[in-house]
Parts: sequence; C-alpha cells; structure tokens
Amino acid sequence: VTALVVDDNKVSQMIHHQLLNVLGIVNHVVGNGKEAVEIHSSGKKFDLVLMDRDMPVMNGIEATKKLRDMGVKSTIAGVSSHSLSEERQEFIEAGLDDYHEKPLTIAKLVSVVSKIKYKA
Amino acid sequence: MDVGLMQMQRRLAEYTSALFKEGILDSQYVQLQELQDESNPDFVVEVVSLFFTDSEKLLNDLSRDLAQQNVDFRRVDAHVHQLKGSSSSIGAERVKNACIVFRNFCQEKNIPGCQRCLQQIKQEFLLVKSKLETLFKLEQQVVAAGGSIPTSGSLPTMQQPIL
Repeated sequence: VTALVVDDNKVSQMIHHQLLNVLGIVNHVVGNGKEAVEIHSSGKKFDLVLMDRDMPVMNGIEATKKLRDMGVKSTIAGVSSHSLSEERQEFIEAGLDDYHEKPLTIAKLVSVVSKIKYKA
Repeated sequence: MDVGLMQMQRRLAEYTSALFKEGILDSQYVQLQELQDESNPDFVVEVVSLFFTDSEKLLNDLSRDLAQQNVDFRRVDAHVHQLKGSSSSIGAERVKNACIVFRNFCQEKNIPGCQRCLQQIKQEFLLVKSKLETLFKLEQQVVAAGGSIPTSGSLPTMQQPIL
C-alpha cells in the first residue's frame, strides 16, 4: 500500500507520516493541493491520499476536484478540523471516499485503509 | 530492582498522570507515544519539539498581526487555525481550547478579545512547554538509570497488500 500525505501543517505532516510508517505503508508528503496535483501529473500513483482541507496555494477541496478530473481513482480521505456539517459536506462532494476529523489516530487510519478499493 | 530507579519511575508516572488530570494533555498525547517504536525511538520528543518551534513562530506572527493598524482578521484566523491544529495533534488540550475561544473573537472582529486570548494562549503554551520539558527530563533520568518508558499496546501492521 502506498500513500500521499497532503498537509501544510508540519506537525500534522510528521504525525501522519509516522502513522503510515508504523502501519507499514510507504508514503510521501507534500505541503499543499498544488503539489499533490503536480506529483500525480508527474506519473506517480498512490493507493491512498490523506488530504487536508485548508491549505495555501490550493486547498483540499480544489485539489480533490482536480485529481478526480484527472481520472485519479485513488482512495482520497479528507482530514480536517472543521466540524460544521456544511463544510464537511462541501469537502465530501469534491470527491472524497472518506472523511475524518483531526487529529488522525491509529484507529481512524486503520478504518481508512480498510476502505481502499483500487490498487495503484 | 534498584530502589532509586523504582522511585524515579513512580515520580514519572505520577507526573504524567497529573498532566492528564490537569487537562494539560489529552488522549492524543498517548497516540503519539504509541507511534514511537524502535525505528523511531525519539519520535515524541521530535514532534513535540517541532510543535514548540512552530508555535513560537505562530505566536510571534499573531502578536505582530494584532499590533497592525488595520488588523487582517483572515490572516489572524489562519494563524490561529494552524496553532489549533498543531496543539490538537500533540494533545496540548488547553492550548487547543484557548485557540477555539480566540477564533470566536476573530469572527466577531473583536480586537481586545483577540488580544486577551493571545495572552491566554501564550500562558498555556509556556505551561505545556515547561511541563513537557520536565517530563522529557524525567524520562531521560529513568532511561539513564537502566529503566524503560512504559508504552501502551502493540500496533497492527499492514504487511500484506490490501488487494
């Protein structure tokens, strides 16, 4: 299983990277939605994308829409600290397969990984 | 077992327990401890140190933002959002809660409210920083005396492909 962490917060990057490491998931980290789109445009593929919502340059909603428009079939799990249902719904409708509120825990990540449908 | 080591371990356990009882740390800190393993034995110290450095920068940015003649509340909110995220991720519960209150004043564009909140966040941050630095020293003493730091449970590993 391979994963891409998309988050501008360095503490979150470090934690999500290690969360995936301890589950034996090879992963790459980028700092915003634009970098997530670019890494896919370069030909790299991931089974799972952990997408933060609020990021500079390109946010998670825009990045998710762009990835789906590009035909990316990876499992994209939104990870955000927004608790309002409207904000969550907007993110889900962008093309997410799953959504979890931050902070991400081992249990939440195991749940996300169990929903991976397509092998990149 | 060495009596001195036992006393150190007891002191560490009591100190750690107090941090949770006082609401300075929450269960997310336990999650960080569970992520520490042989391949990454200093993970907790490293991520907490990153939190300290990041937060100090954010607090300086916030002080500067609120001192502006025309306060850019979107920028202030963005910084507080970052700080809330980081503090929540490492289990710094009181810092996180102070950030939530700050964001409310930000939405109201209430400068005095924001300034009071910033002072509160600074106090809570200094407190959690001091407490965690002491915790890490106690842990180092236990390890130096030949003891180990208790961790909880074992983690599932995904050795086989999902599909």
